[in-house]
Amino acid sequence: MKLQLNGATVLSKATTLAQLLDENNYGAATVATAVNGTFVPATLRAEHTLSDGDQIEVLAPMQGG
Amino acid sequence: MRAFYGTHLANGFMLGTAQYPSPAILSDAFQRSGASVATVSLRRESGQDRAGQDFWALIQNLGVHILPNTAGCHTVKEAVTTAHMAREIFGTKWIKLEVIGEEDTLQPDVFGLTEAARILSDDGFQVFPYTTEDLVVAGKLVDAGCEVLMPWGAPIGSGQGLNNLFGLRAMRAHFPDIPLVVDAGIGLPSHAVQAMELGYDAVLLNTAVAKAGDPAQMAQAFAAAITAGQMAHAADPMEARDMAAPSTPLLGKAFLS
Repeated sequence: MKLQLNGATVLSKATTLAQLLDENNYGAATVATAVNGTFVPATLRAEHTLSDGDQIEVLAPMQGG
Repeated sequence: MRAFYGTHLANGFMLGTAQYPSPAILSDAFQRSGASVATVSLRRESGQDRAGQDFWALIQNLGVHILPNTAGCHTVKEAVTTAHMAREIFGTKWIKLEVIGEEDTLQPDVFGLTEAARILSDDGFQVFPYTTEDLVVAGKLVDAGCEVLMPWGAPIGSGQGLNNLFGLRAMRAHFPDIPLVVDAGIGLPSHAVQAMELGYDAVLLNTAVAKAGDPAQMAQAFAAAITAGQMAHAADPMEARDMAAPSTPLLGKAFLS
């Protein structure tokens, strides 16, 4: 399945958002996720099914003003 | 000082965490500033280098209140989604709501801002809206559920100071019970003094400290300025007048001519 992960094209065998994060080495990192512009809470990642072409954003704390 | 959604801050210093020369200098600047609030953002994280994780550990060690922002958002949807992501990561209902409407000035889109503020307030967020000094907009933000207002002093990162003293003074007068923060445009400690002398509850700044030659020393200078301005406001300053008024008594003056 071809996905957009933080703007980059990735080929993935993951079927859920949680699997995609594991596949891409996020592990227990403090991140927040959105799929196709909609927030997906951490508690729902395991049951959030991905589809070909989905755009996934994985964000973390960063410097800000 | 007025409470921010029920939270009494130790002082009126809100300091940003961006653009410092190094993490160590950021930490030093916060330590010498005594700032009570740190603003942070959310950005894309790589599963390889995980830059955000080290930053988050550093921020947690500062021991300050965290105010996440929606910087860079240009639409209501972007801002609302970012706010939800921030609430989960940072574990706070506070959100510095930015909906940018113009690229050159980074002026807020006050229409989108008001709409996003209502959506987020209804969803339990405690919204700190980055707005202009427009009183009508401010009233609509309060109607939308905002219990704090953050008018700009000048465009973000410009360092111009308080470009519309009249407007900021009017906002203070119109919203006597609302905590007010001058957010953006502050370049020098004297600008922070002005804001606090107007009766503002806090100032939020970043570039003025981070881009100083010695950020930590500048942070300390701002801390002193904020304290001075707050004390001066509490001391009830004299009224300015157009003509001179001698301070030395004339009574008893010798006749020497």
